[in-house]
Amino acid sequence: MNTSENQDIDDSILQLELELLLEALVRQYGYDFRNYNKAHVKRRLLYRMQQLGLKSLSELQHHILHQSSTLAMILKDLSINVTEMYRDPSFYLSLRKEVIPLLRTYPYLRIWHAGCATGEEVYSFAILLKEEGLYDRSQIYATDFNTEVLDTAKKGIYPVSKIKEYTFNYQAAGGKNSFSDYYTARYDAARFDPELRKNIVFASHNLVTDSVFAETHLIICRNVLIYFDRSLQNKVLNLFNDSLIMGGFLGLGSKENIMFSTVQDQFLILNPNEKLFRKKIMK
Amino acid sequence: MKAYDAIVIGSSAGGMYALKNLIQGLKPGFRIPLIIVQHLSPHSDNYLAHFLDQLGILRVKEADERESIKPGHAYIAPPNFHLLIENDHTFSLTVEEKVNYARPSIDVLFETAAGVFRDRLIGIILTGANHDGANGIKSIRSFGGFTIAQNPATAESDIMPKAAIATGKIDKIWDINEISGFLNSLSNT
Repeated sequence: MNTSENQDIDDSILQLELELLLEALVRQYGYDFRNYNKAHVKRRLLYRMQQLGLKSLSELQHHILHQSSTLAMILKDLSINVTEMYRDPSFYLSLRKEVIPLLRTYPYLRIWHAGCATGEEVYSFAILLKEEGLYDRSQIYATDFNTEVLDTAKKGIYPVSKIKEYTFNYQAAGGKNSFSDYYTARYDAARFDPELRKNIVFASHNLVTDSVFAETHLIICRNVLIYFDRSLQNKVLNLFNDSLIMGGFLGLGSKENIMFSTVQDQFLILNPNEKLFRKKIMK
Repeated sequence: MKAYDAIVIGSSAGGMYALKNLIQGLKPGFRIPLIIVQHLSPHSDNYLAHFLDQLGILRVKEADERESIKPGHAYIAPPNFHLLIENDHTFSLTVEEKVNYARPSIDVLFETAAGVFRDRLIGIILTGANHDGANGIKSIRSFGGFTIAQNPATAESDIMPKAAIATGKIDKIWDINEISGFLNSLSNT
């Protein structure tokens, strides 16, 4: 076992290697993880280092710079790709009851799912819009920086083993029909109705480095900000503020908030538990 | 006596009462922060934090993202999130894959806490029916921290403490009241 002094040296080297690796990723490939929470990034990179049988983050950096397959793996490790349909059903119930009646007043809706990962929540909301009769006048933008997860999202095919849980969530979220109306199960895969995809545009967009691309009525971005430090959270919340119409809505994850952020004064709290906010109408 | 900055605790099946007994055994004004992962259903509310808070010994709450760890507090990992410790002694939450079939996972908390608090950390494994926490115990010991397992004979479910003991990295095997007594002897109230 290391003595404490050796461990101090190991620690400062590890810290340096981590910073250099993140610098390499942004300088060579434009992917910027420097303002992600360090504990998460470090944990994921060390895990990948061990899986590849490498001894240091410097070695991992070498692989990232010289092998595109390693880069793809790292992007997957660092992207947030765990999601589920109607994750936190009460959030969707609240969208249905508190936000939909207000969205109904607009002739045309633009909705942005930011950081949509493999798309489960995009299809969840598409179904909700259909049931509320709003789908046909909606344009949905579903974005993520990771094109690999976007490919999965575009297919709309998910493991049948998850369907039981999703059905429970759908019902708890106020679903009006039978959940099985929306997918066809074949072997171990459930394929969601391609009709749901008609008004969805899946596109690559990086919240850290890209800017406003549309003026939207509702932005849903759940469990993405928890990975960012305060400065990056502020940057992204400002991007959302700039992308919303006056009176537009913002839905965050259950542990995320706009309180204490630099856009706090720009929003009203619609539902504090479900983290639903509305951009103020400034005259 | 050696000083400790934090105590991490992992519990699963039967954990609610083990945690209650442990906290009830602490002296009022106990200072060292407790950080707890109790396996819960993803759909559960914050009942556990409320229940332990009402004991009136420590201020018990669910950990919030970016929150600073303070003395005299106990923090519970929110259901369906992993709880991680940052170098600046704040919490991070993530929704990445389950580890040992669990989210929150004891290993994730213990491993990140070990790297931050080093030899000023105590790790405790209580009752549970799985193997989560065993790798975390190894991490804590590799950084010179102190490790405790609940006595399997008096744990409601003995699998988790036994798995921790099987790592060979447990310093003390104690009943809950002995664990509380030891912690009291450390905390400068």
